[in-house]
Amino acid sequence: MAAYILRRLAATIPVMIVVALFVFFLLHLTPGDPAAVIAGDEASPAEIEGVRKKLGLDRPIWEQFGLYVWNLMHGDLGTSIFSNLPVLTLVKQRLEPSLVLAIATITVAVALAIPMGVIAASRARSAVDRVVMGFSVLGFAVPVFLVGYLLIYVFAIKLRWLPVQGYQPLSGGIGGTLRSIALPAIALGMTYMALIARITRASMLEVLSEDYIRTARAKGVARSSILLRHALKNAAVPIVTVIGIGFALLISGVVITETVFNIPGLGRLTVDAILKRDYPIIQGLIILFAGVKVLVNLLIDISYTFFDPRIRQ
Amino acid sequence: MVSTADALAAATTAQPTPELWAWTKRHKTIVAGLLILFALAAIAIGAPWLAGDPLQFEPTNRLKTPSGTFWFGTDQFGRDVYSRVIHGTRISLVVGLCVAALATATGLAIGVVCGYYKRADAIIMRVMDGMMAIPAILLAIALITLMKASLFIVIVAITVPEIPRVVRLVRSVVLAVRARPFIDAAIASGTRNGRIMVRHILPNTVAPLVVQATYVCASAILTEAGLSFLGAGTPPEIPSWGNVISLGRTFFQIAPWIIFFPGIFLAVTVLAINLVGDGLRDMLDPRIARRM
Repeated sequence: MAAYILRRLAATIPVMIVVALFVFFLLHLTPGDPAAVIAGDEASPAEIEGVRKKLGLDRPIWEQFGLYVWNLMHGDLGTSIFSNLPVLTLVKQRLEPSLVLAIATITVAVALAIPMGVIAASRARSAVDRVVMGFSVLGFAVPVFLVGYLLIYVFAIKLRWLPVQGYQPLSGGIGGTLRSIALPAIALGMTYMALIARITRASMLEVLSEDYIRTARAKGVARSSILLRHALKNAAVPIVTVIGIGFALLISGVVITETVFNIPGLGRLTVDAILKRDYPIIQGLIILFAGVKVLVNLLIDISYTFFDPRIRQ
Repeated sequence: MVSTADALAAATTAQPTPELWAWTKRHKTIVAGLLILFALAAIAIGAPWLAGDPLQFEPTNRLKTPSGTFWFGTDQFGRDVYSRVIHGTRISLVVGLCVAALATATGLAIGVVCGYYKRADAIIMRVMDGMMAIPAILLAIALITLMKASLFIVIVAITVPEIPRVVRLVRSVVLAVRARPFIDAAIASGTRNGRIMVRHILPNTVAPLVVQATYVCASAILTEAGLSFLGAGTPPEIPSWGNVISLGRTFFQIAPWIIFFPGIFLAVTVLAINLVGDGLRDMLDPRIARRM
């Protein structure tokens, strides 16, 4: 067990090294003068030189690389060109809304999608199954901003049940936060739910055709117990895997959802950085998001040992 | 594959044959998806005749609701949303097709080499793992921030993060095929490596790759719209669906049509491509396609 976790942990190191290398060399391998592109079309030569100095692009490449790695090792993700604040400080300021949104989305998606998949599989080819499958095909095609604006239009503008946009921080009470995060979490969770429901159904169908399920039925085990205790636990590995794969979609979705709902989180930080061409922020966010994704995948790998003891060896 | 080609050829002739009917009934999702895609392709090609100038400003007609003159309403500059959406079809389809072609071709080349040469495999797969850890939209944003915005750059920036998934798929197929006896037989009879790859391994990757290409295409169209929506995509003077939606953001509460019409076109396009992809996956070898 410990050996398995250690091996998985060790496997994350080369991935993060490649991410760091990739982000560093991206700046140098792209054609053209990065300082000129970042400074913008109307920049004077002096301004371009200023950007070059700030990013350290005037120094030899090995020196830049050494400094970059040294800083990363010390948790320094770089400094914003425009605000001169460390990227880590900016991230900390914007972390809460994104974190709350991500947790709410995963909770809503998993809580709805797994029962949907289980019910669809247990009544395969019934009307319920068709509805769930239809939803999963549709949920995968409808872009997050269309769902977002539709939800705002119906529930905030027409029905006035929930706030149109914005975020209520947790310090103002959890009720306000939940109200402000409800629509974004549903919009963002749609694709995620479609993905999880589809895999849950497929994985359950496969397990339900196994001999031990027939044996359980013959023994007279209750239907709900067969579905949840015998089948779902054995169908869990692909479901948990897809929750991990979907996490990547979630990160991309957070950036768009925060823009739709005007939530001042990491996604807005990304968009502001794009508009100002503040490359160090984008660079820092890539390393941060990639790190989170690698960590989530590690947790998922570890969770396999819970569902399938054979993996522990 | 043969039946698809036959059906496509038959579809162009006027009279439906009994075989086509049987095929259509068996593969309803593919047919439904293809019909929608043909319609969209027709819209894209015929855009200049179907709609007026998408760039024409008419300050007197700002934020008009959908009506007989302006089917999809107008935006804050008095531009016809219908015309912008119709012309946007071109951008989305071009981006989807180009990214699917580029990503599949590059991924195929890298994947075959990875599956065939063990030493290259170890290094290249580490790089692919790293690339896959970076969220696609952020990688594309980083590439676009570093280069001057143009449609070509957007296509390249969306292609790069799609490559690792294709590489993984091709590699897994190549590894499986390599272990089969007919490859040993080819090596034993003195066939050169290049010929083994092209004649014996490549044909086996076609079926799963076609399915993967449809998903890459759908994902690329969504990513382009997402990037343009964020202001990091197709240059704003080109009317892409994402750009139309992005401009509609500010006036959403009083003019929701600016966002809804391009949004619905986008959803229908992606839905149609996914229907074709799902149908093809079930029709071609289902096991290989599901391995990813």
